[in-house]
Amino acid sequence: MSKITKAGGDDTGFDKPLYVPIKRRSFFMYAGATAGATALLLSGCDDDEVFADPKPPTTPTPPTTPGSTLVNVGSGDVGVLNYAYSLEQLEAAFYTQVRTGTYYTGLNASSAERQILDDLYYHEVIHREFFKAAITSAAPTGIIKNLTPNFSTINFNDRASVLGAAKAFEDLGVSAYNGAGRLISTTGNGPLYLLLAGKIVSVEARHAAVIRDLLQEGNFVGSDILTSDALEISKTPAVVAATANTFLAEGSKLDVSGLV
Amino acid sequence: MNIFQIISEIEKVDPEVYDRLDSRRSIFKHMSGMGKTLAGAAVPLAFGAVLNKAYAQTSMAPSVNDVLNFALKLEYLEADFYNRGLGAMGATATAAQTAFRAGFSATNLAALDRIRNDEMAHVAFLRTALGTNAIAAPPANTFDFTGAKGGTTPGPFATVFTAPAVFLAVSQALEDTGVRAYKGGAPYLASNKDVLTAALNIHSVEARHASRIRTMRRAGAMNNAASQTAAAGTDRSASPKSWISGTDGGGPAPAQTAPVYAMGAAPAYTPAVITFPAEDNVTQGGVNLLTALASLNFPAVAFSEAFDEALPVPVVSDIARTFVVTGSTFI
Repeated sequence: MSKITKAGGDDTGFDKPLYVPIKRRSFFMYAGATAGATALLLSGCDDDEVFADPKPPTTPTPPTTPGSTLVNVGSGDVGVLNYAYSLEQLEAAFYTQVRTGTYYTGLNASSAERQILDDLYYHEVIHREFFKAAITSAAPTGIIKNLTPNFSTINFNDRASVLGAAKAFEDLGVSAYNGAGRLISTTGNGPLYLLLAGKIVSVEARHAAVIRDLLQEGNFVGSDILTSDALEISKTPAVVAATANTFLAEGSKLDVSGLV
Repeated sequence: MNIFQIISEIEKVDPEVYDRLDSRRSIFKHMSGMGKTLAGAAVPLAFGAVLNKAYAQTSMAPSVNDVLNFALKLEYLEADFYNRGLGAMGATATAAQTAFRAGFSATNLAALDRIRNDEMAHVAFLRTALGTNAIAAPPANTFDFTGAKGGTTPGPFATVFTAPAVFLAVSQALEDTGVRAYKGGAPYLASNKDVLTAALNIHSVEARHASRIRTMRRAGAMNNAASQTAAAGTDRSASPKSWISGTDGGGPAPAQTAPVYAMGAAPAYTPAVITFPAEDNVTQGGVNLLTALASLNFPAVAFSEAFDEALPVPVVSDIARTFVVTGSTFI
């Protein structure tokens, strides 16, 4: 496969936390595009690979509630990239909205918290835009849409609420990347994607550590996220999506059933 | 005969076969012409020659056990560092260690003890995972954290176990190196999904350690609320962020630690898609993010901060040998 040769364009949209909810009709247009991309991927496989994978091409999961639809991230390496992109969208949207709350706006410009939250905003938006460019290049018709978050449970004017949510997002991100490494292929661009995930997850872990320290000094690691062997507890896409979906609006909730 | 079926079979034991062949793509052009001029029976011979050429030019990529044992060596190094400075978990601290511990605030000391315990747990985990293949702990005094390599001339970190700031500087170099090393090893673990996941789960813990050490360094060893101190000025060598910013001015002690943040030469066996740029790299997946995302108007340094970089085994070994006595072949 070719390397990424272009960016996702200037229409980053990071200053627009709310997107127009996708219409049912356009969802099926999207679903059709995903099926096409999946077929395209399979056509590149040899016979053994096709028969070794008994799973049919991904199909949209039925809506959980009447009138709602799920965003299917797809399968294979593109599915993993979409999965990461969805989490980066969530994090970027979160830190974008943090900047509008009185907790953030009330911070002294030279304070550690302000500097840290600024950097996290930069990093997560860059991650989001990187994935947008990478997936657009690797599978133009397979990329998921711009997701609409639902941060109604977060009080952006309250320090504990904002930092608590930041901790949840960063820890979730680390556990998600750690759990997804095994789903990446070992051929073609697979090793590159694994390396890229590694390049990002350690930055997320650095974020998580300092956010946890801000909430409770010295809590950069803890038994809530580590096993007794001092290994981070990784999470499967299904477990991660269940949490992520509580912060996504109807029509933007994730279906990660293709990631196995 | 079906050459592509053969390649597919090879791929089952060598996932990098396509990369080996791909780097010599011209061979395929050559081979496509072969069919016209060579008799059918000669094609297998010609194909065999192609494979011999592809493999002969590469040294062996590390096996899963090689990577795990290398990680174990680094964990031995880290664990010994914290044990010597702070005292081992559960052991009675020596007078020197007690005096040294008094140089850290309560929250910083607890953090360091936690990191020490995590590194000991990583040693135990890797030893268990490797079983009888595990490399034994090195003899005492294999490591010299003063940087003197066991010699009589004082090393660059002569006060490592008496000056808390020097201890934190060496700690940062060790932890940041560990993060880059696990990242560089991951592609060679991909054939064993459970081992890969375990290594990733250690990798992120090392990154959390590195973040905390950096937070403590910018605040000072005696600060009891380290995370409340912002990085000062623009000198990231002396006042680091919790993540690597550019190359951090060469790290805490540039004369010794610059390689921790620099690029690494890729060993011959490295797949073509894997590179080891310096930490100030802004090109990811072939895209210069600084240029492509210029419309964001973000600080330039953010584009390098957002991604950590990997290092290959030989480069990590060279860095680690800063702390190994002359004559030892442990690392």
